[in-house]
Amino acid sequence: MKVHEFQAKEVLSRFGVTVPDHRVASTSEEAEAAATELGGGTVVVKAQIHAGGRGKGGGVKVVQNPAEAKAAAEEILGMSLVTHQTGPEGQLVRIILVESGMSIATELYAGIVLDRGAEKPVFMASSEGGMEIEEVAARTPEKIVKQWFDTSTGLRPYQARELAFAIGLEGKQAGNAAKLFIALARAYIETDASLAEINPLVVTTDGEVMALDAKINFDDNALYRHSDIAEYHDPHEEDPLEVEAQKFDLNYIKLDGNIGCMVNGAGLAMATMDLIKYAGGEPANFLDVGGAADVVTVSNGFRILMSDKNVKAVLINIFGGIVRCDRVALGVVEAMGQVEVDVPVVVRLEGTNAIEAKKILNDSDLDFLVAADFKDAAEKAVAALAITPDGKGA
Amino acid sequence: MSILVNKDTRLLVQGITGGEGTFHTEQMIDYGTNVVAGVTPGKGGQDHLGVPVFNTVAEAVRETGANTSIIFVPPPFAADAVMESADGGLDLIICITEGIPTRDMVAAKRKVVHSGARLIGPNCPGVISPGEAKVGIMPGFVHKPGRVGIISRSGTLTYEAVGQLVAAGLGQSTAIGIGGDPIIGSTFTDLLALFADDDDTDAVVLIGEIGGSAEQEAAAFIAESFPKPVVSFIAGQTAPPGRRMGHAGAIISGGGGTAAEKMTALSEAGATVCESPAIIGEMIVKALS
Repeated sequence: MKVHEFQAKEVLSRFGVTVPDHRVASTSEEAEAAATELGGGTVVVKAQIHAGGRGKGGGVKVVQNPAEAKAAAEEILGMSLVTHQTGPEGQLVRIILVESGMSIATELYAGIVLDRGAEKPVFMASSEGGMEIEEVAARTPEKIVKQWFDTSTGLRPYQARELAFAIGLEGKQAGNAAKLFIALARAYIETDASLAEINPLVVTTDGEVMALDAKINFDDNALYRHSDIAEYHDPHEEDPLEVEAQKFDLNYIKLDGNIGCMVNGAGLAMATMDLIKYAGGEPANFLDVGGAADVVTVSNGFRILMSDKNVKAVLINIFGGIVRCDRVALGVVEAMGQVEVDVPVVVRLEGTNAIEAKKILNDSDLDFLVAADFKDAAEKAVAALAITPDGKGA
Repeated sequence: MSILVNKDTRLLVQGITGGEGTFHTEQMIDYGTNVVAGVTPGKGGQDHLGVPVFNTVAEAVRETGANTSIIFVPPPFAADAVMESADGGLDLIICITEGIPTRDMVAAKRKVVHSGARLIGPNCPGVISPGEAKVGIMPGFVHKPGRVGIISRSGTLTYEAVGQLVAAGLGQSTAIGIGGDPIIGSTFTDLLALFADDDDTDAVVLIGEIGGSAEQEAAAFIAESFPKPVVSFIAGQTAPPGRRMGHAGAIISGGGGTAAEKMTALSEAGATVCESPAIIGEMIVKALS
């Protein structure tokens, strides 16, 4: 799960990471009041959306007084902020962070991810703050220093010191940075984070070390034991269809193509998308209906697929194992009675009770294109795009 | 003609009295798997589906000589179940449970490695050696005994590949779902090493997906020391970056873990790489001829 910057900072400060003084605002009046409370001087007004690259997109403004903070907030709140991570339609800004301005001496980087190969978290630090770490890794990999740590012992003080000295810090600053690194690692472990990143991590002209920006992703599978973090979930940051699908335990991800797919199993769902592309089409979505492809699941799946106006054909690909194909077929027939489906539907059912399933589809009054195999299914779906709505099922 | 599970498998089911445990234990017994014990804390002394139930794994192993366990325990308790099996002296632990927190698996994996046991999964369909034993949730009837090994991060996509092999007249020695999580017990490389030494496996189908670098590591192993033909498919060629595609481990992050880089690595290692998932069967036939 992703969270906003101000939420990530809330979590980090709970573990002892220093962050600039700040207030959260959702109106320009609140922003003005926040700037006054923060001393009336220089503040930074920052759009709170889950995507990165907010500064370049015009979502971050440095202002000199509360009146300017109000004006900046008016500009940013309600804008559709477009960054390299949002897609061309952008993301609506509903919340801003108003933060005290800092006098910055150095910008650094600190981040933790799981190293899947090493099977433990890796702490990465770099003297190159403010740039994307992937870019640093590609251009100047020698500028990233790493320490792997055990989740039961945490990042040890000697490791934190090694990191701090390796990125060029000295004396009191190195000590402050090491303390922050240990706190960041504790936050990562104890909140079940899958990524925790401070970029930039700054050293102020007073020698303080603090998180100017913060990003944390949390392990969805562990949210059940962090009810406080689960509350950070912001459905506004997600595609409305994806939010709707979650309600029905459907795993749906919207894409840009026009062939909607409904599949059981994540791997087969990805492979189905790949095969559509291979056959010359573009998948409209990823949809894994999981192990319980019954009438309710299939109906909900159909409704969500058909809510995407780009969808011009639907491909249902089910490999029945424990799931019985005849039940899926009954689900499809019933769902098509309940949900208006005005595009060609290609069905491919294989595995347990596939023969009975084909009979159910053939005996129904509905128009299906029944596919012989996986390849045939994708090709039929792509070919179906050419069929006009009135000629469907031809 | 198999690896991991066979006629000598003496299976213990953790979570045998639950819904999933009950259903799949019945299916496994029907297939001919030798299920010798079940474990559900607090239900020791009962009999379930004709299988004796114990309170602890240690007791079950002592009483029945179980050598393999399968886990159907809910996610918050599943890592503990893995550790109990590791401490209980099982040789092979197969964890089906999906949704275990990564931090729990990091700890459980460490314990498994120390104990010397082998873990398959979690978040996987299990292992089947057709005609010998089924230790998992896959549909047994789809599989046929034969000489092709399968290692896959997916469930239903594996059944699809098995279906294509059978349609092409080929059976399987053993098919293993290694799981879709970021931390898993056994990797492609671990299992390729077993297939390399198995005289009854002639070729291997390797089904990977986006996320991580296990396929690249497998490619390095294949290039260096795997003597048999490998046919591979990587799911997620069309997956967008930064999105978790169903499986917790299936995500392209920081520009790494793409299907393209995995396909290139495997191809350079001499494996056959299928661009389309519909030609896996065809390509294995070609590789064996």
